[in-house]
Formats: sequence, structure tokens, C-alpha cells
Amino acid sequence: MSPKQTLVVIGNGMVGQHFLAGLVASTAKDHYDIITFCEEPRVAYDRVHLSEYFTGKTAEDLTLVPDNFFEEHGITIHLSDRAVTIDRAQKQVISAQGLVVHYDKIVLATGSYPFVPPVPGHERTQCLVYRTIEDLEAIQTAAAKSKIGTVVGGGLLGLEAAKALKDLGLETHVVEFAPRLMAVQLDEGGGAMLKHKISALGVTVHTGKNTAQIIDGEQCVHKMCFTDGEELETDLILFSAGIRPRDDIARASDLEVGQRGGIVINNACQTNDPDIYAIGECALWNGQIFGLVAPGYSMARTVVAHLSDQQQAFTGADMSTKLKLMGVDVASIGDAHAKTPSALVYTYQDGRSEIYKRLVVSNDNKYLLGAVLVGDANGYSTLLQYCLSRIELPENPDSLILPPRSDQSVGLGPDALPDSAQICSCYAVSKGEVCAAIAGGCNTVSALKTETKAGTGCGGCGALLKSVLDCELKKAGVEVNTDICEHFPHTRQDLYTLIRVESIKTFDELLDKHGRGLGCEICKPAVGSILASYWNDYILKQEHVGLQDTNDTFLANMQKDGTYSIVPRVPGGEITPDGLIVLGQVAKKYQLYTKITGGQRVDLFGARVEQLPLIWQELIAVGFETGHAYGKSLRTVKSCVGSTWCRYGVDDSTGLAIELENRYKGLRAPHKIKFAVSGCTRECAEAQSKDIGIIATEGGWNLYVCGNGGMKPRHADLFATNLDKDTLIKYIDRVLIFYARTAERLQRTSVWMENMEGGLDYLKAVVIDDKLGLGAELEQQMGHIIASYQCEWQTTLQDEQRLKRFRHFINSDQADQNIVFVEERGQPRPAKLNERRHFTLVEEAGA
Amino acid sequence: MNSWIDVCAVDDLQPDSGVCALVGEVQVALFYIPKLQQVYAVGNFDPIGAANVMSRGLIGDLNGEPMVASPLYKQHYSLTTGRCFEDAALSLPTYPVRVEDNRILVGLSHE
Repeated sequence: MSPKQTLVVIGNGMVGQHFLAGLVASTAKDHYDIITFCEEPRVAYDRVHLSEYFTGKTAEDLTLVPDNFFEEHGITIHLSDRAVTIDRAQKQVISAQGLVVHYDKIVLATGSYPFVPPVPGHERTQCLVYRTIEDLEAIQTAAAKSKIGTVVGGGLLGLEAAKALKDLGLETHVVEFAPRLMAVQLDEGGGAMLKHKISALGVTVHTGKNTAQIIDGEQCVHKMCFTDGEELETDLILFSAGIRPRDDIARASDLEVGQRGGIVINNACQTNDPDIYAIGECALWNGQIFGLVAPGYSMARTVVAHLSDQQQAFTGADMSTKLKLMGVDVASIGDAHAKTPSALVYTYQDGRSEIYKRLVVSNDNKYLLGAVLVGDANGYSTLLQYCLSRIELPENPDSLILPPRSDQSVGLGPDALPDSAQICSCYAVSKGEVCAAIAGGCNTVSALKTETKAGTGCGGCGALLKSVLDCELKKAGVEVNTDICEHFPHTRQDLYTLIRVESIKTFDELLDKHGRGLGCEICKPAVGSILASYWNDYILKQEHVGLQDTNDTFLANMQKDGTYSIVPRVPGGEITPDGLIVLGQVAKKYQLYTKITGGQRVDLFGARVEQLPLIWQELIAVGFETGHAYGKSLRTVKSCVGSTWCRYGVDDSTGLAIELENRYKGLRAPHKIKFAVSGCTRECAEAQSKDIGIIATEGGWNLYVCGNGGMKPRHADLFATNLDKDTLIKYIDRVLIFYARTAERLQRTSVWMENMEGGLDYLKAVVIDDKLGLGAELEQQMGHIIASYQCEWQTTLQDEQRLKRFRHFINSDQADQNIVFVEERGQPRPAKLNERRHFTLVEEAGA
Repeated sequence: MNSWIDVCAVDDLQPDSGVCALVGEVQVALFYIPKLQQVYAVGNFDPIGAANVMSRGLIGDLNGEPMVASPLYKQHYSLTTGRCFEDAALSLPTYPVRVEDNRILVGLSHE
């Protein structure tokens, strides 16, 4: 084997990191020692989602580099050091801090910088750009002392920046030189509709404005003077007027650059020096700069292939985009401006729903060349596939953008796509690869995401991914059977709807009307749970008791030896010394093993079935309630001590936790639900690993949803920020009831979210924007659950008939002789099989 | 040859659910399915979980065959034959049941 060569990667941005990740996964990794320079003080992070930094994400959340990535792969990284020149004769890279590094190959991934128009006054204070986390920190600082903020540039990034200013609470203006917003991607009609919609959201849009100079303002820090004589006062100016390639190192090293900048590359992404490659926004291919991340990733893959001696050329990239700007769907595909000679154009505009759609079609009316969608981008995936895969259009192409007038189904079935069709452009996953993964056993969207990475970048392809999955499973004869079990030809969601719409109150009634047979251990608890979520009857009522799993039947958790554990509710984890003493006394009296749970309460183990009512009698007498540890229901609301005690606490997390736990206790759902409330961003209550997590901030409560610890941890998604308590509770009410209605049986909120079409944005639309018009109904239903709460143990203790069950034998007061304990670390535990032969029965206590 | 032992009243049974009776020295799980007008009796000992818990399992049917699911690890056992649906090597003992004058009688065979 030949000795290793040195590969220097200049720039550790999104594309540089994507290259490194691809390289270490390739065969080329064995041939190179890798050194990388990163000018910024931190390793690669997700610039696409940069604005989320303002809505609570931290720099760590945005990072794209797995822990220990560099150490693990033996890559040397020089942070906060910029490579400034390349001595091509000596084959050396020289850095700003004076490092001199030998190289055999170089990959330039220096990216771009924001273009600031040379307007007089552009260097004043509080005139900023929007590119790095440091820029964001500067914006945050400036915004804190500002009332009005203005973005110069109404393109894609400019509108992102405007959203950031709006999120920071500023009165926001957008100034655009062109006569319309997003001039590159949208035609006039689309741009006008977008302007209309964005103005309605409270952002003032000024198009066709050319800034002549920026001077001192009278009310504000700055006054912007436009060439048409108009003026605008503002405290903060953000320049987002496009990007320019960072090609200074190429110029300093005598590499070929384009007339308007950009390092010239060939189809292998090589510069005019074959040992030096350039990828991403710094590279100029065929006279074009690609300012999106997907083409940069594609270039990175090209170079990895080239270094692995494989043939793969970069042949340009599709610049189609779909995004949500301040909640407005915008998409642009291919030749949106109809520049192709004699192209045909179809336009649809719906003034009432504020939707604009335009198709650009080849002059034989057969192929889609481009499209613009504003206000409703649902057709994006289908249209993109028509365009990229050159699929023949239906006879009337306008049917693709017109609202369906009858039952006819328009749109392109996933079956019509060729295997080469790209499903996920972020990770370049083709339909063929998705199908192979499905054939290999991935039969859920989340499994597909894990296996192929499709849908884990921008997430835009989620719906398409799901439809490919459904279609493939169906074709494979894997009957996509979503029936809950053999007794009901329905999904859980169907059953919920039937129960709700037909006001069905018992399992037998549901079975008579919609099922067959006797039921089983799958459908009975599922229906029991739905009935409880909807009607909230006492679960041990005669007609419901047979539906309950043993834990619900005995209102306790069965352990391996047939004994039960008991968990009284301790709201928010706050408990008095007297409460603790009673728990201790009861545990001692009944010889129970005690352990503190992760949910900040006490679990008492080893109670025999006949002891349960006796123990609860004592607990209820001093005010304890059932903790529902046995139910698929609200468990605990964990909290830190918050501002009451903690030096860092921002708000009263314990108080809120207690209030929430008392509000939602008894709520039954498809699976258990855990909450946590943290009093500050130190997050001691670990709220981001919970189904519902809440963190106090200076501006109010931040709400996180659908997190999970457990077997498959999932970071909760930030759902809404700076909420007052009433809004917070309203959102939680809606999320929880929507979950109870729509999740599959035994599906935690995390998996529910992973499989939800439209994902977080959809849930936000339902809950925050009330897109389905269900908000009031969901809240009303939660109101009913809260109003009908009862402590199930209290009810049970008052019912002689029910208490009959709490004995081991129906015809004897004897205890089960098979239950044997031994002592370990000063407490009882179940005897193991080999121990039982040697120990005699521990005398029953308290009977 | 069976001897019939009176264990409880019909009213002591739980419709669509189970109770455990002590029949001689044997723990017997009794299940009452009103829809089939049937009372079933099987052993209360879960052979996999090694605990006396079968009477606390959920009941129903699989392909029409009445069954109980272990409350510990969810294996299904036929209420008529006692065989385990998941593992042919396992089964629960079954016992004949008679209803006389609103009393439940369980038959134990003499060896």
C-alpha cells in the first residue's frame, strides 16, 4: 500500500462537513490524512435552520457534527483559523495564524459571504448581516435596544431574516430593489401574492426601492433615504441582498475565478489545478453559483467519488425550492419565469383563499418545465417529479393546479415515478433506494428515515415518502392492514371517530355495530382507552372492567411475581414531610419495597392483591390520590424548584407543574404521557425529553412537544415560545386531545409525530392556527375530562361490589402461597425460583 | 371419574373477566363469557411467568376460539383445550364446570 497523502479541507461549513462525512464513509479514507481549517470558532452547523436560533434552539442544537467526529476519524481541525493562501509550487497551505501545512490535495469549501450594497452609511452601527451564529448574536443584542428593524433584500434569505426580526418583537420592514419579492424564484403574480400575504402578517414590504444613503434618524437610529425621495426610519438594518462566493484564497493562489467571482470548476469539481477541488457556494460551475445546500452536497459527493477513483460527474443541479416563509407556503420549480422559447403558461389565482399557481409547459403541451406555487404548495412533490423525471403530463395540464371539482383524482401516483426519481434532494435518495429499503423490511416512515436518511434534511419530501411506502407495501402484497385486530376492520382512529360520532358508550355496543367475535387483549384495552378518553367513565364500571389490562383492573402495577406496586400521586414532585412519613409508615406496615421513581414520586412494591384496598384506605385518609402509574394516561409532571428557591430560576416551575398535573390527571390516552417544567434554560427538569415539556424564559413559557426518553430517545420539538399561561394551557389541551384522537394504539407522542404527515408544521397549523377548525371542540373535550375527574381508588373503596375482586381467591381468605420474598439491602424482594425451595413463606402482614 | 366441588355462586363470577378459586389444593381460574353462556376453568399458574395470575388475564377469542392472554407476557391459551397458541409445548390444565342452582361446580378427577 502506498503511503498516505495529505488532504486539506478549507472550510467547515455545511458543505465542508458533508464532504468529510462522505469521505470517512468511503474507501478513500484509508489513503488520506485529513486536516481541516475552520474560520469560525465552532464546527459546522445548520445554516438552513438558522432562524430557529431565535426561537430557542442553541448552537449545540444546530450542530451538524456528531460528538467526537474528528477524534474518531483522526481528522485534525484548526478552529478559528483561516487558510489564507496556497503555495502551489511548494504544495503548502498557509493560515492566518501562520501555520504552514503540506498538502497533496485540497478541497475548498469556503462558502460565501453576504453582499452588502455599497450604499453610503452601510458601515454605521446596527447595520448587520445574517449569516453566522455570531451575526445572530449581534442581531439579538441590537434588537434588544430597537423598536423597528428593516431587512434590505426581499429574496429567500431576506424573508427568513425578516421572520427573525419579527420573532424578536420588532416592527419589521422589508426593502427590495426589484419590483417584487423573491424575484429569482417567482414571477410577477406569485411575487404579488406573496407580498400581499406577508403584509397581512404585519411585515411592511417596500418593493422597487433603491437606497441612496443611510443617515442619522430623528426618531430612530437610522434614516434610510431612497432614490425616489421617500424615507424610512429604523433602528436596525439587516443586509440580505444576496451572497458572493468566498474566493479570496483562490485569487491569492492564482486559481481561475469567474468574472463576477466564484472559483471555476469542471464536472469533477476540480479547479484549474487538478489537485485542488472547490465545492459549494464558493464554486462556479458552467458560469453558475449554486446558493442552495443540496447542490453543494452533490458537489461534495462528486469529489468523494473522484478521490475514490469512481466516475461521477457534477452536471448542474435543480434549483427548485419549497419553503414556508412566515407560515406562507412558497415553491418554485425549474423554469419558473418561462424563459424557454415558446413555452406555454397556465395560471390559477384564487383571491379568496389567496393561492397563486402557475405552470410552465413545453410548447407541445407534454412536459412540465417549471412552476410557481404561493399559498398552497401541496402539489410541489408531484410537479417536481413531472419536471425532473420528464414524465408526460395529463391531457389537461391545468388539472394539476386547478382545485378538484369532482371525484376525479389528479396528481401523480408514486407508482408512476421511475426508480431514478429523486425523492429526497437533501440526501439524494432515489425512489429505487427507498423501495430497496422497503423491500428490506422498513415498513414505517420512521424506519425509512433511519435507514435511508430520506426526509431527515429539510423534511419537504415527507408526504411523498409516505405515499411511496404505502404504494410499495400494497404492491408487495403486504396488505397494508391497518385494522386494529381481527375483531374490528378499523384503525384506532376510525374506532375513535365511530365512538364519537355514534355516541357509543360500551365495548359491546361497538362490537355489535362494527366488529365480530368476542374481542381480544388488543382491541379491548384500546377501546377501553378510547371510551375513557372520550367519556371518562369510571373504568371499573361493570361494562368496562373486562376491557382493562390487569394493571387498570386492579389500579396498580403487576410485577413479575403477581404482586403489585403502588404509586400515589405527588403533583410536581412536591411532598410534605408528613406525606413522606405516611408513605414510610405504610411501606413499613405492609413490608413493601420502596424506590424513588424517575417521575419524582415513591413506588411501593410487593403488595398482594388483597392488600391493595387496605393500603389505599390509609393513603386516602391522609389526602393521597391515585397516581395512575398503571394507566396509559398522564403520569407525572416533573419539575425543578424554579424561581421560588433557585438562584437562576426565571419562573415558578413547581407551581405550574402542580397546576398542570392536577389539570390533566386522569386523562387516558393511546399511551402514557409525561410532562416536565423547567424554571430556566438550564433545564434541570429535562423537559425536552418529555411528551410535553415547558421551559420558563424571560418572555414567558416555551412549549416543547413529542419528546421521549426511553427505548428510542427523541428530542422534543419546540412548538411555541414566550407563551402566557392561558395560551400555554390552551395549546396543551389541543395537542393532547388531538393526540388521543389520532394516534395509533400504544403510540407515544414521539412516534405519532414521526409518522404525522406534515409533521410539526401540521400540528402547529392544527393547534395554533386552528386550520381544521377543531380548536374549540378539542378544548371542550378536555374540559369534560377535567370536570369528570375522580380518584379511582376513592370510588373503588366506596363500592362493595368492586372490592370483591381484591382477594386472591373468590372462595377463600388465604393468600397466594407462591408469593415469597427474601431480604436484600434491608428490603424485601421476590424470591428467585431456586431460593423458593429454601425459604419458608413470609408471614402475611396486616391481615 | 370426577368429583364436583362447589366453589362459588354465579354472581361471584365477573362477566367477561376472571376470578380465581381454590379448589381443594388447586388454584383454578374461572372465566365467564355471557355471550357464549359459558364458564371456563383453567389452571391459574402462568407457566412462563411462574406466578398464579392467569385469572387476571384479558379474555376474548382468536379466530373464534375462546382464549385468555397472560397478564404478564401476553401468551394466549385456549379456554377449551388449555393449549398455548404461541408454543405447542405449553398448556394450562383445564377443568370441567357445571352450573347448578346458581352455584358453580368444578370437577376434579381422581387419579
